[in-house]
Amino acid sequence: MSARWEHALFAVVLLATPVAAQQSMPAPPSASVAGDSVLERETRAVASQLRCPVCQGLSIEDSPSELSQQMRALVREQLRAGRSPDDVKGYFVSKYGEWILLSPPAHGVNTLIYALPLLALVAGGTVVAVIVRRWTRGAKPVEM
Amino acid sequence: MDWRRSTFGAAIAIPVIALLAFGMTRDPRDIPSPLPGRDAPDFTLASFGSAEPSGAGRADSVHLGALRGDVVVVNVWASWCLACRDEHPVLREVGSRYAGTDVHFLGVLYNDNVNNGRRWIREMGGQSYPALEDPGARTAIDYGVYGVPETFFVGRDGRVAYKHTGPITESVLLAKIEELRKVQPVASAASPRPPASP
Repeated sequence: MSARWEHALFAVVLLATPVAAQQSMPAPPSASVAGDSVLERETRAVASQLRCPVCQGLSIEDSPSELSQQMRALVREQLRAGRSPDDVKGYFVSKYGEWILLSPPAHGVNTLIYALPLLALVAGGTVVAVIVRRWTRGAKPVEM
Repeated sequence: MDWRRSTFGAAIAIPVIALLAFGMTRDPRDIPSPLPGRDAPDFTLASFGSAEPSGAGRADSVHLGALRGDVVVVNVWASWCLACRDEHPVLREVGSRYAGTDVHFLGVLYNDNVNNGRRWIREMGGQSYPALEDPGARTAIDYGVYGVPETFFVGRDGRVAYKHTGPITESVLLAKIEELRKVQPVASAASPRPPASP
């Protein structure tokens, strides 16, 4: 084979490569793929708000336990079936109670969870302010 | 220290100590179930163990809804659960006493392999009531199960009357069953069988 033919063959291969590569490339993201990513995002969002029943302070999103995996699968399945994130959370609350929510809603006794730290902060600040005021009032002015 | 300062300190310290003391009396693993008083989630589960001739469905599956009008004890267990070993002789014994009556026992296998479950039942000397498989723990989640063993008592009205967490004792089992048996069957198209002595 002459050098000219070799160059021609090389050029054909070079030209054909992008075409072949394009054919073997994955199809552009379809609506179903985009839908799946939305579903996964929603699943993660809901799962991160639900407490793992067999762990200490972990969400079912973060827990590797078998029960958490099964609960995550159920979250995904219910979201895929068209239920809203609130409906899905409501389902788990109806089975496990509000305990299953990592951030319990602020009503009834739950309000204390949110109010007590604030009250403690205000009370602590008041005590510190009173003490500082007494100290400064009792201190003698420095004579120059 | 003047009395005002002491009163102020006590007013802060006493509620905090009382709150901590109350917390010490609570078991953080004991999650209050919202299920008692509500309809028992229905299920149809495949049976892999012995099955009593209860009319609960085909011999290879059990449908909870078909047992409405009777008392049902749903025990959730696993072969890897040590506490389940403690309660199994009680369940087997009491279950066999009530076999053929208006009280049905069902054992739901939780996050376990059916072969392990079958082997465990053999090792434990058998089981007088159906053992059911629960793929994906769907039924367990439907019942708000977070650990095993857990036992649910379903009344004649199809509602969960009581949930017991941990190994169940004979006295609790008999007391709850007899309490539920006293409740008259709900009127339905299917005439329930009359209560029989265990």
